[in-house]
Amino acid sequence: MVNIIWVSLFVIGIIFAGINGTMDKVNSAVFDGAKEAVVICIGLISVLTFWLGLMRIAEKAGLLRALSWVLRPVAKRLFPDIPKDHPAMGYILSNMSANMFGLGNAATPMGIKAMEELKKLNGGSNEASRSMITLLAINTASITLIPTTVISIRMQYGSVSPTEIVGTTILATAVSTAGAILTDRYFHYRRTNRRM
Amino acid sequence: MAWITAISVWLIPLIIAIVLVAGTLKRVPTYEIFVEGAKEGVKMSFSIIPYLVGMMVAISVFRESGAMEFFVSLFRPALEMAGVPAEIVPLALIRPLSGTGALGMTSDLIATHGPDSFIGRLASTMQGSTDTTFYVLTVYFGAVGIKKMGDALKVGLIADVIGITAAIIIVSLVFL
Repeated sequence: MVNIIWVSLFVIGIIFAGINGTMDKVNSAVFDGAKEAVVICIGLISVLTFWLGLMRIAEKAGLLRALSWVLRPVAKRLFPDIPKDHPAMGYILSNMSANMFGLGNAATPMGIKAMEELKKLNGGSNEASRSMITLLAINTASITLIPTTVISIRMQYGSVSPTEIVGTTILATAVSTAGAILTDRYFHYRRTNRRM
Repeated sequence: MAWITAISVWLIPLIIAIVLVAGTLKRVPTYEIFVEGAKEGVKMSFSIIPYLVGMMVAISVFRESGAMEFFVSLFRPALEMAGVPAEIVPLALIRPLSGTGALGMTSDLIATHGPDSFIGRLASTMQGSTDTTFYVLTVYFGAVGIKKMGDALKVGLIADVIGITAAIIIVSLVFL
């Protein structure tokens, strides 16, 4: 699936450039795209380094376990495959709470840590497990309470009420998260039924 | 709404303080443990590079060649019939593909139509209520070396469609 999409993006793009005569733009796109990706990763180094360091302290201090204990009733239903008190649950919950406050920079390292723990749970296989897909679905729908970036853009352009979209954003995000969870469940049951 | 900004400003320093104080109380050798965990962050950032470079080059070729624009114009009539304002169509289609692209487009829509216009509010809500599926997928799975994604991409894209539809309906109900 990923392979097909990846190749199609290139091939369709190049064919189009041939028809439109925009081949020079494709040439610069190759280098600009690569550069942008590296710039993002370099930017991630600072954030990942600091947060993963801090999170290691949180883990050793037992904070992750405390957090997952508080929110366990909800999380247990979302991730039935994760054993009780497993560190993965703590990371998932910190990832979700960081997302809620629009702290994407803090959410990413915790999401990655969670994925790592889930991979261990899955015997180190390079295949996505059920819990991984659920975590991903929740992240792409991104439960947001405070869309900080958007609010700052609205301020920049002189909005009378920059935060008036907070309510609609919360509603929309709640619907999309619910949708993501339901879709995830649907695909999960389809997978298991096929196997039986 | 001042409390919302206050929470955003206070949250990160507060988390840092709580973690450090809790660590000290539990007699964790805080600084050594920090460095140990932080090293992992450096390694992780480098391991993401190949995944992100591969994906972002493909997407920027697709966009710069004009192919993205063509597909947007292809979907436009159908989406407009469904009640999606024409100005918002490109944003809706690019949101799952490119985070920077979508952010640029949102700023552009807010700049041209004004932040307090219907389009401005809709763009703001859409930008805030879903995330870039391709980016999340690439970074999260890339960092831990997941090669078989299973249904993850399908689930993510369907969630995007639901989110964008919800944004349009909710903003229309609240602000029209």
